[in-house]
Amino acid sequence: MPSPSTALPSRFAEWFARRGWTPHPHQLALLAAAREGRSALLIAPTGGGKTLAGFLPSLVELAEGPREGLHTLYISPLKALAIDVHRNLTAPIEELGLSIRCETRTGDTPAHKRQRQREHPPQMLMTTPESLALLLSYGEAAQMFGGLGAIIIDELHALAGSKRGDLLALGLARLRRLAPGCRRIGLSATVAWPDDLAAWLGSGGAEVVRLVAQGGAKPEVSILATRAELPWSGHMALHALAEVYEAIKRHRTTLVFVNTRAQAELCFHELWRLNQDHLPIALHHGSLAVEQRRKVEAWMARGRLRAVVATSSLDLGIDWGDVDLVVQVGAPKGVSRLTQRIGRANHRLDEPSRALLVPANRFEVLECRAALSALRRGQLDGERPRPGGLDVLAQHILGMACAGPFAADALFAEVASAAPYAGLVRADFDAALGFVENGGYALSSYERWRKLFRDSIGRYHVVSDAVARRYRMNIGTIVEASMLKVRLRRGKVLGEVEEYFAGTLTPGDTFMFAGQLLAFEGIQGNDVIASRASGGAPKVPAYEGGRLPLSTHLADGVRALLADSRQWRDLPEPVQEWLRLQRYRSLLPGPEGLLVEGFPRGPHDYLVAYCFEGRNAHQTLGMLLTRRMERAGLKPLGFVATDYVLAVWSLEPVRDLDALLDEDMLGDDLEAWLAESSLIRRTFRTVAIIAGLIERKHPGHEKTGRQVTFSADLIYDVLRKHQGDHLLLRAARADAARGLTDIRRLGDLLARIKGRITHRRLERVSPLAVPVLLEIGREAIYGSALDQLLDDVTVELLAEAGITPEPAARKSVS
Amino acid sequence: MPEPTGHAEPQSIRFGGVELLTAAEGALVWPEERMLVVADLHLEKGSSFARRGVMLPPYDTRATLERLARAARRHDARRILCLGDSFHDGEAPARLDREGAALLAALAASTELIWIAGNHDPAPPAALGGRVVEGEYRLGPLAFRHIAEPLFASGEVSGHYHPKASIDVRGRRLSGRCFVLDEQRLVLPAFGAYAGGLDVFEPALRALFPGDFAVHLLARDRITPLPHARLAGYCGPEPL
Repeated sequence: MPSPSTALPSRFAEWFARRGWTPHPHQLALLAAAREGRSALLIAPTGGGKTLAGFLPSLVELAEGPREGLHTLYISPLKALAIDVHRNLTAPIEELGLSIRCETRTGDTPAHKRQRQREHPPQMLMTTPESLALLLSYGEAAQMFGGLGAIIIDELHALAGSKRGDLLALGLARLRRLAPGCRRIGLSATVAWPDDLAAWLGSGGAEVVRLVAQGGAKPEVSILATRAELPWSGHMALHALAEVYEAIKRHRTTLVFVNTRAQAELCFHELWRLNQDHLPIALHHGSLAVEQRRKVEAWMARGRLRAVVATSSLDLGIDWGDVDLVVQVGAPKGVSRLTQRIGRANHRLDEPSRALLVPANRFEVLECRAALSALRRGQLDGERPRPGGLDVLAQHILGMACAGPFAADALFAEVASAAPYAGLVRADFDAALGFVENGGYALSSYERWRKLFRDSIGRYHVVSDAVARRYRMNIGTIVEASMLKVRLRRGKVLGEVEEYFAGTLTPGDTFMFAGQLLAFEGIQGNDVIASRASGGAPKVPAYEGGRLPLSTHLADGVRALLADSRQWRDLPEPVQEWLRLQRYRSLLPGPEGLLVEGFPRGPHDYLVAYCFEGRNAHQTLGMLLTRRMERAGLKPLGFVATDYVLAVWSLEPVRDLDALLDEDMLGDDLEAWLAESSLIRRTFRTVAIIAGLIERKHPGHEKTGRQVTFSADLIYDVLRKHQGDHLLLRAARADAARGLTDIRRLGDLLARIKGRITHRRLERVSPLAVPVLLEIGREAIYGSALDQLLDDVTVELLAEAGITPEPAARKSVS
Repeated sequence: MPEPTGHAEPQSIRFGGVELLTAAEGALVWPEERMLVVADLHLEKGSSFARRGVMLPPYDTRATLERLARAARRHDARRILCLGDSFHDGEAPARLDREGAALLAALAASTELIWIAGNHDPAPPAALGGRVVEGEYRLGPLAFRHIAEPLFASGEVSGHYHPKASIDVRGRRLSGRCFVLDEQRLVLPAFGAYAGGLDVFEPALRALFPGDFAVHLLARDRITPLPHARLAGYCGPEPL
């Protein structure tokens, strides 16, 4: 490692010294890489001067050779982060006495400033992937970016592998053409797949320098040993919130992470019910009004809060040095995500982060325990970046046409130089180009109304400025479900709920939102009108896709823990007791193979499969299995899927399990079910919007989400029947197979368990099956009344399973 | 898993003193007259959007007309009555491609095709076959028109509103186009592949059906009769 004095120009060395800082080794290493003109990936925990490390080479370059024109482009997934980084950079620039103009460019930037930035760009520009796509769609892009020296991509792990990441990768490919010598710096949290990340950043060019900044002290993580009765099911962990509140009181500032927005509302509400000391506790999730979120973030930055209850909306973002405790309520679902959340505490690298895991039920205790072991071993998980979407490609192609005429061969080569599209075949590129041109339909009836035309040398042009204008209004890959704004009568907007949830409300119903109890008054246009309420049994809005499935890695951990009773020592006594009883009454699921239990209960027969493949894969399996059971005359009535288990009930008992769970179920049945399912309609809608078939915004008026949903369904039905291999249908199928149905994981499971299924026939429900049976019929949460009802069902089920409930089990949760 | 109750078979209703069938294709059948009634075909809506650069799949006319031909065959219709808005706009007939025109000609040849003028297509073109009726078509005790007349007494069959409705079945919501009817009137669902919908509880439709009414819901290839109080969005009787 070179010594700071030799690597850093004296002006910078002095500045570090004045601040009482010593440059981190990774900061100097990045500087050295930049001096060689090489791109670099810095993997570092939050804090530790990562952002400064990214900018330091640019500051040095501009100090040594001041020049006009855009030099450094900084791209962040969060607008707020771009603004914050801009603010944080102002101080060093001033203190170093540099003459560098540094500006932000986001969707909120006023038109006159945008115009000026295009004509007279600053040396440093902080922006988002969407704003970059917009800038690249102008003819001036070549001029604006031609002299670009560096691109810094922050929170790269959150972008690579997503559709936003695809869009950014395509934008970077264009930037490479406009500014061939430009180097890239990727800043990322610790991930399980650094090779993929480096490949993403380098995109076929020279090798990327990889730097890993060591974390400081190991985090201190513990699992809450609750004094309350450990629940059998549910995800809210209300039983433990009194203890969470005590922990908040003992710490300076606490971040309370939950997994869904509904959990956030309930948890926040319960904490305030317990908040005798009137501690400033706030709420933060993605459906709250932006102004409200910014306010909470600002309070947090100023150290005015003792706790924030948050969802993944705070997984990324601004550093808050003062957080000294992170609480994870509910199971973590993945080790990487847990690691990142824990890293939100104590950004000073020398102090350990402290975290508390709060399992909401018995299975979650096992999951937390498995997560803790993985953390200690430093293991990580998470999906690898997948190939780029064809819908995003279509959007990009139109954007490139807006920037200026292109030849198909050249654009294909450029696109294929972006890592997510490295495997793109020419036929798919041509299909995407054809789609942009005139819809790409087998029937050539739209020749007259094409969006692109070819000139005499075969280059593609947009037909009109109107097409370009509409493209620019619809840039981006984030597609929300149809949402309605929640507005107080004659008052402000509190945030948004899904249209579906609003549809379940009738006037007078109360619901919990933005930390308040609201009474529903009605729907006006696109607004849910509400007023403050004081009682009733409130509903809690649920949001699609709010829940992440259990990662394969953690699932393996849970299976291993179950199979090895020597590891049970560390588990709370009630959990140990539960597992011992299971071993006595039935079997424990082994680390390999599949345990399936069957037992009668009331008039029905139940089948419980311990697959541990996550909710999404289990739901798909449930759909397919019940179709097969229907055909086999077993009269299936329903199923319920959790992250761990699938339970199906039917009028007739299942006998030949091997035949039912054969791999061939992923063939025709899957096709048939998927084609009709609401899942694929949802992915089709997303794909149609991203690809630009359905425009969210038109000049003059904004189409509401509600209309979009309806017409996407109609288009899907017609297209499926008349051109089943259309680009958009292929893209929608690819998305459905990956996310919501988790077909890959299901396929892996079916292959793994072939010939290794243990079918255990029991006379009654087993202890391990109790939690999943308690999930039956729980579609929504209706406050404490439901808890009481569930308590009663719990006691009933436990008695059936031959478990004598402790007196405490009858105690109401509230 | 058991589907919600409902039947692929048509549902019979007695309306205005005659026996009618509501069919899962979205058509009304008058068996005695061997007549099929459909509303709001919106032919060439796809190309209408394409003109503005929104390239919807160009198969909507074909899908709509093929379904209409199927329904006519299945119900052995010798007369097809289209209740208006048969074409999406005035220039839509000119945009019909050869296949669409052929499908239409085949229908006009095999049945008596009657076009009632709608607000999107004031004068359906004579060249395409069939005959045009302005305003209203009467047969027996029934009156057929494009838009319901607010003060009409009884036996009125119309289209225009594209009604749709939803029900909640075991926590899941099922939505679809529907027939809406009470003692006096019957409003047909839109038949066109790209025709959107208006919920039956939206004021414009509620004004036509202020009291109790029924819907015949088209969902999952079935037709399901439901009382209005069973529908999602029902919030008690309309205040008078």
